[in-house]
Amino acid sequence: MSFYSVFEQYQKIDIEKIIGAFDKHAVLRSLNKNTLSIDDFAALISQSALPYLEQIAQKSHDIFRRYFGNTIQLFTPMYLSNYCNNRCLYCGFNHDAQIERYQMSLDEVENEARVIASTGLKHILILTGDAQQKATISYIKSCCDVLKQYFSSISIEIYALDTQGYENLIQSGVDGLTIYQETYNTNLYDTLHPTGPKKNYRFRLDAPQRGAEAGMRNVTVGTLLGLDDWRKEIFFTALHASWLENHFPETDFSIALPRIRPYYGSYQPEYQVTDQDMVQMIIAIRVFLPRCGITISTRESEFFRNNIIKLGVTKMSAGSTTAVGGHSLSNTRHNQFEISDKRSVAQMAAYLENNNIQPLFKDWERF
Amino acid sequence: MQNDIFEIAGKKLDSRLFIGTGKYASDSMIPDVCQSTGACVITVALRRVDFNAITDNVMQHIPSHMQLMPNTSGARTSDEAIRIARLARATGCGNWIKIEVITDNKYLLPDGYQTAKATEILTKEGFAVFPYINPDLYVARDLVNAGAVAIMPLGAPIGTNRGLRTEEMINILIDDIDLPIIVDAGIGKPSHACQAMEAGADACLVNTAIATSENPILMGKAFAEAVRAGRNAYLAKAGGTSQWASASSPLTGFIRNHEGQS
Amino acid sequence: MVITINGQELDFDKELSIQDFLDKKNIKTNSVVVELNQNIIYSDKYSTTWLTHKDKLEILRFVGGG
Repeated sequence: MSFYSVFEQYQKIDIEKIIGAFDKHAVLRSLNKNTLSIDDFAALISQSALPYLEQIAQKSHDIFRRYFGNTIQLFTPMYLSNYCNNRCLYCGFNHDAQIERYQMSLDEVENEARVIASTGLKHILILTGDAQQKATISYIKSCCDVLKQYFSSISIEIYALDTQGYENLIQSGVDGLTIYQETYNTNLYDTLHPTGPKKNYRFRLDAPQRGAEAGMRNVTVGTLLGLDDWRKEIFFTALHASWLENHFPETDFSIALPRIRPYYGSYQPEYQVTDQDMVQMIIAIRVFLPRCGITISTRESEFFRNNIIKLGVTKMSAGSTTAVGGHSLSNTRHNQFEISDKRSVAQMAAYLENNNIQPLFKDWERF
Repeated sequence: MQNDIFEIAGKKLDSRLFIGTGKYASDSMIPDVCQSTGACVITVALRRVDFNAITDNVMQHIPSHMQLMPNTSGARTSDEAIRIARLARATGCGNWIKIEVITDNKYLLPDGYQTAKATEILTKEGFAVFPYINPDLYVARDLVNAGAVAIMPLGAPIGTNRGLRTEEMINILIDDIDLPIIVDAGIGKPSHACQAMEAGADACLVNTAIATSENPILMGKAFAEAVRAGRNAYLAKAGGTSQWASASSPLTGFIRNHEGQS
Repeated sequence: MVITINGQELDFDKELSIQDFLDKKNIKTNSVVVELNQNIIYSDKYSTTWLTHKDKLEILRFVGGG
């Protein structure tokens, strides 16, 4: 059993056309249901739903409060290593990019951890490029041994592993997995990933499932918004998350919504994704999948992030840097992408509190 | 007055109240009830002719414009239901059939499995199948797959007039099943029918409550009005903003207020 | 010959068609549906369908129901 068998069925359909055919009656009918189907979700992300964004947002806010409370979890990414064998066209760590490659030593990792921990954060997301010979499983495990002294929850955003690989990391204290399909469009995926291990679409698509099977407590999926038409991408993302939720009821799933940001390179996203589009995505996901987390990173501006905290978002990064050792190392390395909201953890927390949202620093304890 | 037409099985109905012909003190009341209810669909049963009793033929009392929906009452298995359906169609009354397969004589609760079996076969034979069931989501899904044209979940056991005891489960069907939901059985008062329609049911079938009331013609009128009221309430809610009204401090106002931000 | 009609065993000494039986019982043709040995017989065949020994005949019509 794999999500692919469901995905295959929907691939045969002209999703854009179907979404385009919903009218306002369909939107309202779907909105007023207690339990929504993927078809209802499609209605909510359609153009016909635009006049009803406020209503959908109200429902989304209500569901958010009931399922998550007035809380948003804070975390920050820690880039361990930017060596990479892929040549993903859209990424700043592309193998051919003329940037300085670096991988932190364990001492440097500990230093970085100390700096981050001093902000009060207890949830860390560790990232590497796709260089399994360099940022080996063994290296990552060693980093985890250091990190678990400082953080109560470790999530990984690294190259796709098999189930055993995830089990191995879980033994070292990892409890969360983040892995984006980047695009669900198989042809586009092929073009964007010319060489390297990441080229294998199917292997990546099944990674969230393998993570859940291995015992990850949290699994986050997502698509890089801007690569393809967002409605199509978000349709498949929600379909994916919904399938995962139904098959792994003991795992918490989230959807991240990374909107492409300019980086030191030449890839320009094909599609524009507006603030309105982002809002529609957030509220539609919240209404369709009440239990699903929604993550918004510091790719987004301060203005945007300030205004979406009531819509149903459950996780936000803060005090971020996308450079290896960016929190602590004095030499500024190249960033994977530009950060927009540059506020510190303290500033972000203060903003949330002033708006009646409790910032969560710690939501888990390993046992 | 809005045109709220109920399209089903190739027919356009202007009434969402279906009525029955059973339990009347006198069948001669039926034409007046048809009129007072404004109903378009009426159910009948199929039984052996009694040669010794000279009884009226109920068909004489049913106005010719009514859409007949024979039921398979008496069937205890899918085979029996199929047999009755074929016989009913042979009378020339059309291809609508309400499948009622009841093995239990105490509560008169329908057998979902037998019903689904009969639905699949009869659909293939060109019937417009209206299955009567307990409001069970999985049975309903099987019936969708079997080709039913609607789902008829019971509100309460037949004849009990208890109202929507199964309201929660019917709501689930309304939400989750992509076929018209016609609440059948157990509707004892017009307010029950109103409640069902307000929740989003597509129609109600009422027999006992009208036929056995003191004044079936007036009760029929009451039910017709209740069904219309419930339906209008449902439409008003769906089309309007009463459930999720725009607040004074909108959550999404920032998008429009900040032009050029994208 | 013995024919079971609507569950009752009836004796007939002369052969008869379905139409004959209906006429005998004063049953209007268009008010019933007929099944002979589990097969539906349509009204145009009533006069030409002859009943034989051990046949099972069902004659049904619509009655009030919910």
